[in-house]
Amino acid sequence: MKTTTGAALLRTLLERQGIHTLAGIPGGAILPFYDALHGSSIRHILARHEQGAGFIAQGMARATGRAAVCVATSGPGATNLLTAIADARLDSVPLVALTGQVPQALIGTDAFQEVDTYGLTLPITKHNFLVRSVAELLETVPLAFQLAESGRPGPVAIDVPKDVLNASITVGALPEPGRVQPPPRCADAPIDELAARLRAAHRPILYLGGGVIGANASALARELSRRLDAPVVSTLMALGAMPDDDERFMGMLGMHGNKGTNLLLQECDLLFAIGARFDDRATGKAAEFCPRATIAHLDIDRAEVGKIKSTALALIGDAADILRRLLDRLGSDEHQRVERRPLAGARGYDTPMSRPAWRARATMLRDAHPLHCPPRAEDPLHPLNLIGFLSEQLPADAIITTDVGQHQMWVAQAYPFRQPRTLLTSGGLGTMGFGVPAAIGAALACPGRRVACVSGDGSILMNLQELATLAELDLPVAILLFNNAHLGLVRQQQELFYGGRYSASRFDRTPDFAAIARGFGLRGVRLDPGGDPLADLADALAQPGPCLIDIPIHDQTNVYPMVPPGAANHQTLTAPELEPALATSSSHD
Amino acid sequence: MTEPLSTASSPNVECNPIGYTRPAPTVLELRVRNHPGTMSHITGLFARRAFNLDAIVCAPEGGGETSRMLLLVADEPRLEQVERQLAKLHDVLSVDVRVDLGPAFFTRLFAAKPA
Repeated sequence: MKTTTGAALLRTLLERQGIHTLAGIPGGAILPFYDALHGSSIRHILARHEQGAGFIAQGMARATGRAAVCVATSGPGATNLLTAIADARLDSVPLVALTGQVPQALIGTDAFQEVDTYGLTLPITKHNFLVRSVAELLETVPLAFQLAESGRPGPVAIDVPKDVLNASITVGALPEPGRVQPPPRCADAPIDELAARLRAAHRPILYLGGGVIGANASALARELSRRLDAPVVSTLMALGAMPDDDERFMGMLGMHGNKGTNLLLQECDLLFAIGARFDDRATGKAAEFCPRATIAHLDIDRAEVGKIKSTALALIGDAADILRRLLDRLGSDEHQRVERRPLAGARGYDTPMSRPAWRARATMLRDAHPLHCPPRAEDPLHPLNLIGFLSEQLPADAIITTDVGQHQMWVAQAYPFRQPRTLLTSGGLGTMGFGVPAAIGAALACPGRRVACVSGDGSILMNLQELATLAELDLPVAILLFNNAHLGLVRQQQELFYGGRYSASRFDRTPDFAAIARGFGLRGVRLDPGGDPLADLADALAQPGPCLIDIPIHDQTNVYPMVPPGAANHQTLTAPELEPALATSSSHD
Repeated sequence: MTEPLSTASSPNVECNPIGYTRPAPTVLELRVRNHPGTMSHITGLFARRAFNLDAIVCAPEGGGETSRMLLLVADEPRLEQVERQLAKLHDVLSVDVRVDLGPAFFTRLFAAKPA
């Protein structure tokens, strides 16, 4: 039996969860916890804004798959965390957000720095707690980690009033740390049926979502595609699950996906979705998505099945377990065992098709619709050329974070991701300002790995203050700033869909980002388009320590292909017919 | 060429046990953990997912550790989504359909008030 305070108990419970690093900012209501951290084995990363702390924790969680912790005080500390919590919710990232609260006697009195954190976090968390007594911590903290990591991962918020942190408690045995609870096992019958349907399908496609990476099932999904000889499409969140150079990999689907990929989906007769949620950016107009396909859907979250599209076959459970059992039912060269039924009265897309012919069709469509990009020698600072060059400079296990906008889509289209968890990006919420703090978190969680943050001149300013944190920690993070002096994706949409009426998308004055970086204590470089910018880029990347590389890119370059918002995926707009003038223009500044 | 597209007719019963359709309105019975915040979680879910909720009755049971709630979910085309999202809430212990109850159950409660 030992008498301790709530704050010290909280620290001990975090230590027992295996938390060795957390990010936060102190303030009045959470000060007892910070006092307890003094002398703890836990390393505290002092962010410069609570949203930065939230995304540093997200970077740790996304890079490792384990729950990470961010800390803030009551009131503005808590409200500043909200965006990072909501972001974790939409991308199913395990996060435990710890906030101080005013003493319980003051709750409801409009006290200094009082805000209803419980109410604010309720709709954006997987679950949330307001701790009402020091003894509740013994149950709440392990449960928070269990909930954050089990099933479909997500953020959990724990709001702790200051009097709970200060209260004394005599504790006997401490509770076991919260652990991942395995989901209920999927029955055999649907797996049998799926195996039969996959065997009988003429035009199957595997559609991978972020859940494949969350379940550590990437290698199994790749093996399934090999056994079936079936093409694979990926959402933004699943990039890295399939190596980019796999012959069956068709790249990203959806709004900025490959045109050939979106066209192939039109012909599919059996779509097997694995850990994907039929997001509107992936499906386009849902009613016209995969119009000829029967859908089989594997997900750990039952509520995702049938949410957007009618589904013939549901498989609820852990993707790795279900794929393993599915593979057990399929021969080692399943695609060569032709058991396909002839289809009565079938014509056109409905005709029987051998697997090699289907794959050849996929390859033909992919090769017929490449990304359009001028040769590197002609236009080295074209964004797609820059990303290609960047991938040549970085090791295969480098972690790439992005912000949100055109640069994010260019990375998704052109960076050859080869391993899971090497792309960290804000997919669901689309949060500008994600990139720099997430890169800090990834570098903290993966010592020895190279981290690059591809950002834009709009996004970087949204969490610029974390450059101070980065300089202080001296982590191997390179920030590549694609600078077009615009909110580029907004400008693009105004050009394409709002008659070229540009409203609030151009910056009349842009800062000297290299000087700003130097002011924070980082290396700051601006590439000179008139010199040898790629050589300068390679040089900047080769030097140790954090740096910011300001890269001037053309301000009229659009992301193509693009499906107009609300349109069907087969209505993809592509570059050449839309930008004939740009084909000859390559001036940069 | 494809099979009938319906969750309703799925033979996949064990993995998809709530794959049925019923005429609206429907009364759902929830067993929930009884503590502050549970009601917010449930009503907040209906609000943010734009589900329809017409009536609620709630009372603690046993020693007060849990409560039972009856929800009148009226004219909701996505009833299955409602049930599945409710089942995901940590404080919701079970979700069942009360086929024996309808809107009249709720209106009778008010009718019982003395004039």
